[in-house]
Amino acid sequence: MKILVAVKRVVDFNVKVRVKADQSGVDLANVKMSMNPFDEIAIEEAVRLKEAGIATEVVVISAGPTQCQETLRTALAIGADRAILAETDAELQPLAVAKILKAVCEKEQPQLLIMGKQAIDDDSNQTGQMAAALLGWPQATFASKVVIANGEASVTREVDGGLETIALTLPAVVTTDLRLNEPRYATLPNIMKAKKKPLDVQPVAGMGIDVAPRLKTLKVAEPPKRSGGIKVADVAALVAKLKNEAKVI
Amino acid sequence: MATYTPPLREMQFVIHEVLNAGDAFKKMPSYAEVDVDTINQIMEEAGKFAAGVVLPLNRIGDTEGCTRNEDSSVTTPKGFKEAYQLYCESGWAALACDPEYDGQGLPQLLNTVLYEMLNSTNQAWAMYPGLSHGAYECLHEHGTPEQKKTYLKKLVSGEWTGTMCLTEPHCGTDLGMLKSKAEPKGDGTYSITGTKIFISSGDHDMAENIVHLVLARLPDAPQGTKGISLFAVPKFKPNADGSVGEGNAVSCGALEHKMGIHGNSTCVMNFDGSIGTLVGEPNRGLNAMFVMMNAARLGVGMQSLGLTEVAYQNSAAYAKERLQMRSLKGPKEPTKAADPIIVHPDVRRMLLTQRAYAEGARAFTYWVAFMIDTELNHPDAKEREAAGELVTLLTPIIKAFITDNAFTATNEGMQVFGGHGYIAEWGMEQFVRDARINMLYEGTNTIQSLDLLGRKVLGDKGAKLRKFGKIVEDFIAKEKRTKGMSEFLEPLADIAEKVSKLTKEVGMKALLNKEVVGAAAVPYLRVVGHLVYSYMFARMAKVALEKQNSGDPFYSAKLSTARFYFAKLFHETAYQIRAARSGVDSLMEMDASLF
Ligand SMILES: Nc1ncnc2c1ncn2[C@@H]1O[C@H](COP(=O)(O)O)[C@@H](O)[C@H]1O
Repeated sequence: MKILVAVKRVVDFNVKVRVKADQSGVDLANVKMSMNPFDEIAIEEAVRLKEAGIATEVVVISAGPTQCQETLRTALAIGADRAILAETDAELQPLAVAKILKAVCEKEQPQLLIMGKQAIDDDSNQTGQMAAALLGWPQATFASKVVIANGEASVTREVDGGLETIALTLPAVVTTDLRLNEPRYATLPNIMKAKKKPLDVQPVAGMGIDVAPRLKTLKVAEPPKRSGGIKVADVAALVAKLKNEAKVI
Repeated sequence: MATYTPPLREMQFVIHEVLNAGDAFKKMPSYAEVDVDTINQIMEEAGKFAAGVVLPLNRIGDTEGCTRNEDSSVTTPKGFKEAYQLYCESGWAALACDPEYDGQGLPQLLNTVLYEMLNSTNQAWAMYPGLSHGAYECLHEHGTPEQKKTYLKKLVSGEWTGTMCLTEPHCGTDLGMLKSKAEPKGDGTYSITGTKIFISSGDHDMAENIVHLVLARLPDAPQGTKGISLFAVPKFKPNADGSVGEGNAVSCGALEHKMGIHGNSTCVMNFDGSIGTLVGEPNRGLNAMFVMMNAARLGVGMQSLGLTEVAYQNSAAYAKERLQMRSLKGPKEPTKAADPIIVHPDVRRMLLTQRAYAEGARAFTYWVAFMIDTELNHPDAKEREAAGELVTLLTPIIKAFITDNAFTATNEGMQVFGGHGYIAEWGMEQFVRDARINMLYEGTNTIQSLDLLGRKVLGDKGAKLRKFGKIVEDFIAKEKRTKGMSEFLEPLADIAEKVSKLTKEVGMKALLNKEVVGAAAVPYLRVVGHLVYSYMFARMAKVALEKQNSGDPFYSAKLSTARFYFAKLFHETAYQIRAARSGVDSLMEMDASLF
């Protein structure tokens, strides 16, 4: 069984992002970039499935500029077998990524597409769902446990009310939640081996996919500064304030 | 608790932009594959390991310390063993080791980067693999084929660790007084008897076996340092198949109670007729041990760089958050109850002192590590020799200058926190305590200064120092007309000239009175240390000037730090030069009975 894993290169979670002066977006110049943390979990899961003898090959894909190769090498160092870069400098929205993933899935024919539940830069939480819809595959989002047996995936999902376990026929899309696993540290020999693993660069321009943005960003702004809290005398005063000042009840 | 973010951008700046190491490695056959991407990826993953695995154990190690059990075995703090196992499984122990013994064969420079991060996150822990690596280097260079076969792969994988056993209760700096005995058993092995103290990582539960490199005297050995031999003495005798055999009468007699590095087991080691094998030639033990001692001296410099960096990171973060008082120029953040303390000039002095010492030490140690790579691997014999000479000259400066500075820096870091700096939970006082040992062990900083002035400089009539001076001179000549460089080149040229004058003056006076060297050595090392830093800051400034309009504020920060260095730290040289020149009389005048 082949597994395709989608990884996105995003602003490192340690970086305190700043909004650009013209409010067109977040300033990414000279900012440290890393693999989306949910995607690290996706790779880890795929590699574990391979180590368990369930998967035979793990392929990772990233869509974006040439620097995504670094992110792909990281995935190869964790244990993916080969990598594909769908290269473009254009802005990619979730629908565009989903279309790219669809095209790659049709070519690679994986039984599982594992990806993060959301990318921590835009927090869209859409790509997996869209990819499943475009492919016509079943989907299990927010996975905290994945079991593959008899051509079926049994996935435990983190839902508002607790945990829900569903069965999916393969091929299917799984998106990862935080508790699915704890990603390993790359080992030095694997970092060195990763250099020699195949990394195939395919220009998005040549894929015949319309990746034009469908959404327009009007403005990006800093969240309002938190002002200091106040102490209220009793519950009645709190309720009154919530009603009259905050106007939330 | 203290936090740590691997300063990858800073490291990359030195490696790629100042040293251009990736290009240079292409010319060294065994490193030809080590390109920029590889270097970056290794650093990135090493950083994840240090911050994720090693850092959380730092305070645990400090509060828990090591325990000596009734059977004289030693237990390390909670989590140390597991972290070490993961370290070995991840292949980090093998990074700069010979591929013939399963090493990764990567440059010393990368090992240096790794150790900066391990020491920022946990010096006490990093000493276990650190000393092992020193033992590896010593056996790799001086071991017999049999010893190499027995020990090297185990040290490379980290399954076994190593120690260096020099000090005895009555004999520290003066190794000539050493008493431990080695009796030939007639079968090529020796029976070792004696007590060694201050043995870092001497005994522990992290690895299945430990090989001690022990200095001892053969029965017919001459007195003094010319009668010392080196022996490899395993804790458990290795079986022929590489497994661990029976005990070897090596035991930990006690653990020292120390000011800092509590997580490292500092042991009194007893050898009671333990069986060992000779490393190198009889009575030439110190010569063999110097491989390990030099490696350890560079290692101590890295410990101090690591502590400087982590103290800086935490105090800078604190200074940006802690609200107290208003800026002297009026409120900077009027909506808040007070301004963050980073608005105050003296808080900035404390932060910049740490930062400048971190950046100076990083440029310096990476440069020397890169020189070691050149010494080991450059195809041109002349280049190898020149690099080797520089490493020899600069080693005592790395050890003493960086560790002095780190004590200042960690202390300033603690000071930024005010009273909170003195409270253990913040983690700042631990850095100060840990930093303090670095000025003492591996040869006190006074010994380093005597080594520099007496042996490395006056010992060859200033030849090596002049070669370094030539490098500085060439750099100045090349950049003289570069726009914006004069503010950095002027103090550099000035201090270079003063060092050469001072050296001549002290050399002349020493001909008449040998004590002059003893009186001048410590200030002399500080002055030469500043010459090295001036050179490093000028080199960094050159790169930063070229790129200051790139839109990346990193480069203007580099220039600001360099300016601070020359404005506020560099002038220590004026005082130290006067101290070095002021002779020995005021020190020796008072009769010892009056002390
Ligand atoms: N440019 C991209 N390249 C590869 N995978 C992506 C990309 N963008 C999003 N993804 C995948 O889709 C997941 C959800 O992203 P999002 O819908 O943008 O929050 C991520 O965790 C990735 O696995």
